[in-house]
Amino acid sequence: MRMYRRIGATLKRTAIHAGPTILGIIVLDFLLLQLVPGDAADMIASESGSATAESMAAIRQRFGLDQSVLNQLLNFLGHLAQGDLGFSPRYNMSVFDMIMTRLPGTLLLMATALSLALLLGIIVGSVMAAWAGRWPDRVLSVVVLVFYSMPGFWVGLMAVVLFSVNLGWLPSDGSMTVGANLTGWAFVWDRLSHLILPALALASFFIAVYARLTRAAMLEVQRQDFMRTAAAKGLHPFFIQLHHALRNALIPVTTVAGMHLGNLLGGAVVVETLFGWPGMGRLALEAVLARDFSVLLGVLLLSSFLVILANAAIDLLHAWLDPRIGPA
Amino acid sequence: MTVVTPLTDVGSRTIRRDRKLRAFLRNPTFVAGVVILGIFVLLALFADVLFPTDPLDMVGPPVLWPGQDAEFPLGTDSLGRDVLAGLVHGARASLLVGVAAAAIGLAIGMVVGATAGFFGGRVDALLMRVVELFQTTPTFLLVVVIVAIGEPTVRVIALAIGLASWPTVARLVRAQFRSLRESDFVMAARSLGYSNLRIIVQEILPNALPPVIVAASVMIANAILTEAGLSFLNMRDPNLVSWGGMIGAGRDLLRTAWFLTALPGVAIALAVLSLNLVGDGLNEILNPRSDP
Repeated sequence: MRMYRRIGATLKRTAIHAGPTILGIIVLDFLLLQLVPGDAADMIASESGSATAESMAAIRQRFGLDQSVLNQLLNFLGHLAQGDLGFSPRYNMSVFDMIMTRLPGTLLLMATALSLALLLGIIVGSVMAAWAGRWPDRVLSVVVLVFYSMPGFWVGLMAVVLFSVNLGWLPSDGSMTVGANLTGWAFVWDRLSHLILPALALASFFIAVYARLTRAAMLEVQRQDFMRTAAAKGLHPFFIQLHHALRNALIPVTTVAGMHLGNLLGGAVVVETLFGWPGMGRLALEAVLARDFSVLLGVLLLSSFLVILANAAIDLLHAWLDPRIGPA
Repeated sequence: MTVVTPLTDVGSRTIRRDRKLRAFLRNPTFVAGVVILGIFVLLALFADVLFPTDPLDMVGPPVLWPGQDAEFPLGTDSLGRDVLAGLVHGARASLLVGVAAAAIGLAIGMVVGATAGFFGGRVDALLMRVVELFQTTPTFLLVVVIVAIGEPTVRVIALAIGLASWPTVARLVRAQFRSLRESDFVMAARSLGYSNLRIIVQEILPNALPPVIVAASVMIANAILTEAGLSFLNMRDPNLVSWGGMIGAGRDLLRTAWFLTALPGVAIALAVLSLNLVGDGLNEILNPRSDP
């Protein structure tokens, strides 16, 4: 019962807080994008090789690009209030459909990468904390630091060289084998084999972050009194580490993971471009290069939704992990 | 009444400095980081002396492997450009962008954070909303948009990365100022009639600096990584060699000449690693909870 009240309170607080934030983001991003030189009509004209002044004026009028900035902003907000994200001049689809084609790919990649990073990071961090000061800790610290310093896309490239070029085990492009029409296990394995390398490339940096954080947090927790009580009670050391130390160490780790969830969308841009993965990061990049602002605004809006949702989820997770964290 | 004189004057400047120096030397990873960073800085500064020709010039046969020809110890790329010269000149571009971006981010972040932390109330609430707005936008996309607004030159790229990374510093500085605002020396300064600006700059800021210095090294590292990503996506200054650009160019030859992507990546990793080691070491030294 208390949990439901908690969830309700968090959701209400999030909704009240999120409304003006999202509005502010939309207005700011819209105005920011007006500063970018060129618009969609210019890009369409440049891609078709040439265009007359009349045809460009016609394109601008069709997509409302010739109106004043304020009018465009008010139109956009008006459409948004009705749930319409607008129309993309470049892809000739509604922005919503465009995003929906790419959203599953992004979610899959982000979820896999983050889960992988959390799992491996927490395990490595716990091992480092358990053997703190001794050689496993020192060796792992160096390895973790090296992973922290390598650019994610370079890790991806080297993985491609090793696994795709030299060993031929994994594919290096796209999210599935096009035209193969696989079903059942073959389909799952195909998707999985395409997913592993991009997820690893994206996760490499975050594994290091979470490992370091877990190690620091667990060492901090070890010094608390309740750990001594738990040991005095005769609990098995492994159980103490798992149930008491790790549970408390998860709080800072999940906070940071929540912060990363929002940034993962942007950070995935390079990895998605590298692996040709159909995701929203690549869509956003293409939208910037093609001056397709409706799509870009849609992506930015969605990512801020994601960040706000992630923060709310992290709040709830913290309340579950640490009952001392009362309703704020 | 006897006056007890301590055997060592703990407040003496020389002894405090020696202690810090010994702490500095006792940490081998910190020393390693400083040494590696120093090498990169020297390479960047003396790039023109070591490799006077333009690194973008075609000087040899294309796609030579490292070690094949003594004249090109690290080989050549698809257009016959010397990889080693590219790496050394790339150090200059990467470090320049990294330091400039971090400086801009620090400047903006410190001003915003100090104002928000010191004054509190509505100013704080307003500034924190702005920080939140910046933090909900994906950093890399923001950088891409800002670079798209201007042209892809070193100046604009540094500005873009700085503009995208100031929120973290602002939060850090704000937290520091909020806690230091209540301390006794601030109350003393206020009772002496110091102006707000003087209290902020002369009294609180020097005490708030240690975590900011640590954050600075991390920011430079992140700026180098972001710049590498941008260069890889071809949003870089076309007149300068940069490590990320070399990786991007080498990607076309990934099957046959993978060293073209490997070597610049190793350079990036080493530079960022040295910065992280320096940052970790500084954290240990400047952290007031650790013993001198």
